[in-house]
Amino acid sequence: MTPPILCAGLAKRYADVVAVAGLDLTVNARECFGLLGPNGAGKTTTIEILEGLTAPDRGEVEILGMAWTGGANTRALRERLGIQLQDTQLADKLTVEETVRLFRSFYRASHSVEEVLGLVGLEEKRTAWVGKLSGGQKQRLAVACALVSRPELLFLDEPTTGLDPQSRRQLWDVIGRFRAAGGTVLLTTHYMEEAERLCDRVAIMDHGKIIALGTPRSLIASLGAEHVVEFALADGATRAPNASELAALPGVRAVRAGLDRTALTVAEVHRAVPALLGLLERRGAELSLLATHHATLEDVFVSLTGRQLRDA
Amino acid sequence: MRDHPLVQLTLARMREFYREPEAIFWVFGFPIVLAFALGIAFRNRGPGELRVAVLRGAGDGAVAAVLARAPGLTAAVLDSGEARLQLRTGRVALLVVPGDPVVYRYDSTRTESRLARLEADEVVQRARGRADPARVADQRVTEPGSRYIDFLIPGLLGMNLMGSGLWGVGFSVVQARTKKLLKRFMATPMRRSHYLLSFILSRLVFLFLEVAALVGFGWWVFHVGVRGSFTAVAFITVLGALSFAGLGMLVASRARTIEAVSGLMNLVMLPMWILSGTFFSYARFPDALQPFVRALPLTALNDALRAVMIDGSRLSELGAPLGIVTAWGVVSFVVALQIFRWR
Ligand SMILES: Nc1ncnc2c1ncn2[C@@H]1O[C@H](COP(=O)(O)OP(=O)(O)O)[C@@H](O)[C@H]1O
Ligand SMILES: [Mg+2]
Repeated sequence: MTPPILCAGLAKRYADVVAVAGLDLTVNARECFGLLGPNGAGKTTTIEILEGLTAPDRGEVEILGMAWTGGANTRALRERLGIQLQDTQLADKLTVEETVRLFRSFYRASHSVEEVLGLVGLEEKRTAWVGKLSGGQKQRLAVACALVSRPELLFLDEPTTGLDPQSRRQLWDVIGRFRAAGGTVLLTTHYMEEAERLCDRVAIMDHGKIIALGTPRSLIASLGAEHVVEFALADGATRAPNASELAALPGVRAVRAGLDRTALTVAEVHRAVPALLGLLERRGAELSLLATHHATLEDVFVSLTGRQLRDA
Repeated sequence: MRDHPLVQLTLARMREFYREPEAIFWVFGFPIVLAFALGIAFRNRGPGELRVAVLRGAGDGAVAAVLARAPGLTAAVLDSGEARLQLRTGRVALLVVPGDPVVYRYDSTRTESRLARLEADEVVQRARGRADPARVADQRVTEPGSRYIDFLIPGLLGMNLMGSGLWGVGFSVVQARTKKLLKRFMATPMRRSHYLLSFILSRLVFLFLEVAALVGFGWWVFHVGVRGSFTAVAFITVLGALSFAGLGMLVASRARTIEAVSGLMNLVMLPMWILSGTFFSYARFPDALQPFVRALPLTALNDALRAVMIDGSRLSELGAPLGIVTAWGVVSFVVALQIFRWR
């Protein structure tokens, strides 16, 4: 069976920026694949090329074994896809039901309106105007419009950006149910915990290229350490130990000095932290912050690019 | 049937329109308000009662009583300062100074004043014993068909077809584009032709209501009739609506923002508001301008509507204006399809 998404050598440039700079990707059947990256990394451009909405400058795309050739072929392929775009605003003055019914009318095979509203949990909002929905409800409606065609392959472009944690979890459940029914998902996000939670595999994108690819677990493991220790000093840098001193501490794999804090990637917290405290005490330096957390994809991104994901 | 994409798209168009109170007003209310206001302001009633002043002094009461007998005049006795002020500001048309001779003071360049002088003199002379040797009779003409409102209603109908065609199509298309809804539709198997056709269909539904509202109002309030056939009016309005829908599509085919499309829309409509003879006859424009004025779609549409509604012309006599309206629609639509920005 051919993978639902195959692309090779994808490239797209706009007047003054290279949005996608040579990208190869394979998404397997029943997989949830995440494209991760900061704003402007080229995620939307990539996903819209795969959706057949943007023509690439170079590269091959094959979706469900078909190419975007136009005409009847393309229409047949669209019947099998569910698409949610990053920045669509559905008509404010239509009700939820009317909106779903409109999208439903474009497809030959489809869920009933009741079914699809049930899938995204919007039954009670059936007669509400779209303009009166909350952000999370609007986003679930957008996903409903993508699901109404009973797609085999679902594209979601930043489905949870800007949503509160509860709405985000509701959408995760929707995606989970779609996958449980055998669907394949390609989603983009810049929330690392979302990718870790939802995706079987992720590709981290930066400047139009994939800079890391694998399961969330394997990417985190590639840091060579599972924890991150962050600290900052009360009296600034005057008594701060330098990077090589820190790197020499037991269990420390990597040292990154940030603007207001220093982060250590650490294999064994129970050995590294006492050693760090000892070193600082010998220097007479006073801590203003000390925190540890499990390494995340965020740390992977930082270690690859030297930048934070959110403000990259 | 109900779940056919064309039906659903058309329903969506219509819902978005009738759930927008401002749009309802501009399409249905505004032309009626305009017809009402202009119909009242320019109703055929001549200059009406003219006010004349009699200067206070010997014999003023007698002169005022004589003047009051004239059917078109009302007379008031005023002191000299007040009389002069009112004459200067046009509150009275004429100042009569009793005595021998009777003196008429007035501005001879004002039509009203000259009229007042004629009427005043007539009653003054008759009061002194002048006899009218010839027998006369008056016949007043306020026939429907020759009044300003009869001219105005077809023009407003044409203007309304232009406005709702351009705004109705142009605004929704550009709004769908700026909200990325157009792009979202492109991500479905929806046929582009269905999308465009849905505008035409919803226009036709509202067109029926628009025409019925305005023509019905004109008939009910001002007794503006349709001398030709209703079928001919229906045919011309449908043709006009389709033509302006095509023009709306063209105006909206590339614009990315509401501001841009609004500007373009006004650029297209402004010359026609002024030149196409909606409120007054375009014959008043210089000869050199006439070929251009006549080539405008609204001019042709107004001409055709007036020919049927006022003169009772048949469609077969209206080849030229209907040809112009059709040509605008077809050319705009074809060009719009070529250059339309689908995302
Ligand atoms: N239509 C466009 N015209 C010009 N530049 C664009 C266009 N779309 C995207 N870009 C640029 O391409 C780059 C990638 O954008 P995008 O794919 O939207 O990134 P992401 O979705 O990861 O935030 C950005 O620098 C963006 O400014
Ligand atoms: Mg994006």
